[in-house]
Amino acid sequence: MAEYLTQYADPRLANVIAALVHCGLLLAVAVGAAAFFNWLERKVSARTQDRLGPTRVGGRFGWLQSLADGIKLLAKEDVIPAGADSPLFRLAPYVSFSAAFCAYIALPFADGWVARHLNVAVLFILAVAGLEVFGVILAGYASGSKWSLFGAMREAAQVVSYKIPLALCVVVPVMIAGTMDLVAIGNMQRGWLTNWFLFHDPFTFVTFLVFLTCVVAGVNRSSFDLAEAESELAAGFLSEYSGFRWALFFMAERASMVAVSGLAAILFLGGWNGPLPVATWLHLVPESGLLAGWLGNLLGAGNFLFKCLVGVVFMMWLRWTLPRLRIDQVMTTCLKYCVPLAAAMLLGAMLWTYALPGGLLPGGRPIGEVPEGSAAVAASERGGR
Amino acid sequence: MDAQTIHGRLLERFGERIRAADLEAVDPWIEVSAASLPEVCLYLRDRLELRFNMLHCISGVDYFEGDPQRSAETGWQPHMQLLYHLSSLVYRHRLVLKVRLPRWKDGVAGELPEVPSVAHVWRTADWHEREVFDLSGVRFTGHPELRRILCPDDWEGHPLRKDYRAPDEYQGIRVR
Amino acid sequence: MSFERIDPDLVELDVGMDEILINVGPQHPGTHGVLRVLLRTDGELVLGAEPYIGYLHRCKEKIGENLTARQFIPYTDRLDYLAGMNMNLGWALVVEKLLGLEVPEKAKHLRVLMCELGRIASHLVAAAAMGLDLGSVTPFMYCFRERERIVDLFEAACGSRLTYNYITVGGVMADLPAGWLERCEAFCNEFEQVIPELHAVLTGNAIFIGRTAAIGVLSPETAIDFGCTGPVLRASGVDWDLRRDGEPIYTRLYDGYEFRVIAETEGTYPGAKRHPPVPQAAVVGDSWHRFYVRMLETVESLGLVRQAMARYRDSESPCGEPVKLTQKLPKGEAYLETEAPKGQMGFMVVGNGTAVPWRVRIRSSSFSNLSVLSELCRGGLVADVTAVIGSLDIVLGEVDR
Repeated sequence: MAEYLTQYADPRLANVIAALVHCGLLLAVAVGAAAFFNWLERKVSARTQDRLGPTRVGGRFGWLQSLADGIKLLAKEDVIPAGADSPLFRLAPYVSFSAAFCAYIALPFADGWVARHLNVAVLFILAVAGLEVFGVILAGYASGSKWSLFGAMREAAQVVSYKIPLALCVVVPVMIAGTMDLVAIGNMQRGWLTNWFLFHDPFTFVTFLVFLTCVVAGVNRSSFDLAEAESELAAGFLSEYSGFRWALFFMAERASMVAVSGLAAILFLGGWNGPLPVATWLHLVPESGLLAGWLGNLLGAGNFLFKCLVGVVFMMWLRWTLPRLRIDQVMTTCLKYCVPLAAAMLLGAMLWTYALPGGLLPGGRPIGEVPEGSAAVAASERGGR
Repeated sequence: MDAQTIHGRLLERFGERIRAADLEAVDPWIEVSAASLPEVCLYLRDRLELRFNMLHCISGVDYFEGDPQRSAETGWQPHMQLLYHLSSLVYRHRLVLKVRLPRWKDGVAGELPEVPSVAHVWRTADWHEREVFDLSGVRFTGHPELRRILCPDDWEGHPLRKDYRAPDEYQGIRVR
Repeated sequence: MSFERIDPDLVELDVGMDEILINVGPQHPGTHGVLRVLLRTDGELVLGAEPYIGYLHRCKEKIGENLTARQFIPYTDRLDYLAGMNMNLGWALVVEKLLGLEVPEKAKHLRVLMCELGRIASHLVAAAAMGLDLGSVTPFMYCFRERERIVDLFEAACGSRLTYNYITVGGVMADLPAGWLERCEAFCNEFEQVIPELHAVLTGNAIFIGRTAAIGVLSPETAIDFGCTGPVLRASGVDWDLRRDGEPIYTRLYDGYEFRVIAETEGTYPGAKRHPPVPQAAVVGDSWHRFYVRMLETVESLGLVRQAMARYRDSESPCGEPVKLTQKLPKGEAYLETEAPKGQMGFMVVGNGTAVPWRVRIRSSSFSNLSVLSELCRGGLVADVTAVIGSLDIVLGEVDR
């Protein structure tokens, strides 16, 4: 968008406007996702527990429940404990939310639809998402309560440990693709379902499962939510937060859930490409014209958001079914199971791509080959940005 | 083993330290002297044919009637009784031990009567003795950590005593 | 851990350099009521766990010295409020023991019916709360859905969902309404289908086993020494149940009923073939076994309910006449323990010839079960404290009275 606007205005102003527009859209996605998934979580948990969930606020399905919750949170009294370190206490939720939100900057929603097209997008997302733990540690320390400190320390240990197998898992699709550029990775999976990296070789399939575990642990969801374990730590590092500050932590958690689901979608599940190449059949490709290309991308973005939704629902399903692991069991799972497994899968995938560069299923492409007609190719031909 | 035989064994072993007994009562009981209580309890627990391995309950009963008219009708002297309900999971027999104590030590009001602790015989006695100390005001000598259990640590008085009067205030809050 | 109070506002405790003193409760979602556990930890390792009770002390024993025997029945409901029927029975039986009263046949069957339904209801809460403590919220909802149906049955019988005042000295307050037995029958049939669901989400779940197996292992000698009773004792391998081994006035209620005492004998549980197998990691006397014993007891109680319904239908005698409100109690003492869902609940009544007892003593199972907490938690992790408290299944109404 920035290059487009430079036709009309000074380059610096164009950049600023582009940044604002992108942030606005992404914030809408992140915050909208938080609100939507709040409602969805209540419905999913209710149905799992053989009850209905919200049915009154806003019609039969309680659509406006999230809005009501949001209003309630904004209207709450701002309580800061006397023993709390006030500046850090106030800062912590913003650190968490910013880190979670920044991951969206490099996350593409469709071919070329990305706030900032980075050629090290994967690395950027992992790095920035890892900063969320700073907010948690700050919150735990600054609350001035031992329970919060306990929760924060557990969380720090957990998130940091799970980054290792996460990184190992992520290297596998990056290696298959030959690039860290998420747009390129997404484009490589264009076409039929079989092009998805998930079906590239059995090692990548297992890597996906390990990736799911690491991601759920890294986001502190479901069986790995001991940092906020309600029945043990009375909400852990969050126990002194209420009102809008709590809402920010909550949004940060939801935003990172969506972001990691999106990452999983792009790296393994074909990104914005559906199982059938419908867009190609309907000629909704950039070659057919600007509007067609745009519509094709819209379809792709819809696909992508649907995959994020599936990922998030899966995490919710896990949460309401399984009990919670203990911290030593979490660490054991990470260090004794996830890391060796991810390393073994990496080795296997490496050997596989060496022996069978085209992958398992017919129609596969060798490493690094980007299909024609994609925006990434066009960009790389232009010299890349 | 029935109460008669147990009583016989105890008399044989301890003689005069077994004060009284009522074996026809609804719950047959045997009264022992306070000083001999730990020994009797150890004997009851460890003796092969007795094996009273579970202490169910220690209760303090305050026999004091404040009203002079009714106290004349009761026929007993004011005293404190401790009841120990024992049973054997091995032989399925039950027994009640009683210890009779003065209400105040040496007759001095405010000085709690003393009895040796049996916490070293059955570990459950730890909490039960703390409760009797807390509510009935009996001091157990040799108890690992005798402090109040149900009432707050700084509560004054022993509520289950018959002459107890609840305080008007507790830490500035009106209680009655 | 000892402490001296010099200045009431300043409490000095001997805490080591690298130890944290942390309070679980009294307000805490995981302590089953107002219980305070003072943990001394070295990071995640628990070095000492000391329970502090008395936050729910309501002076029941003192109140009992001012009310007649029948007037005390509602107070017993509020002891173990999750199993009010069983509490009513304990007090009613001990007063009947002192009076030398025997209730008619039909009342006995009705009492068994209500108490076993109460046992199922209580064990459902125990299972639910344990799942909740470990992070599994869904079984809580399933268990309470079933408990709602039992509580509806109780409401139809006596008008109240939680505090029944139903089983009283001399019998029960009123006979069952029309259609009650059919509803109960329907409940029994449908509840049997739910038990495998609960096993799937809890008993056989790998994470649940990981959190409870070999955690808080209680040896039989320690259990007896600390006065632990009920499922806690039976899970440690001690074959003892007052419904079979108790005093005659109580065991006569269960004369002719067929049921199995759930305790592991020779490596297996009775009737275990219909239930998930014992996992490799579980050790007799750990939290998983305490949970398992309760699940198996629920099934046994279901069988007892069915038998009680059949025998109630067949018996002709009247349903028992509650004694006069001002019934005088003879001089003397009586103590009786009954097998309540959480353990052995003991009541003692000292009569002095008037209608009002001289002394009422309540010996609650949870009081002794809780005292073993410090032994079980030492050496474990902080997260295990809630698992152990959940497996001991305490209710503070009973502990504090």
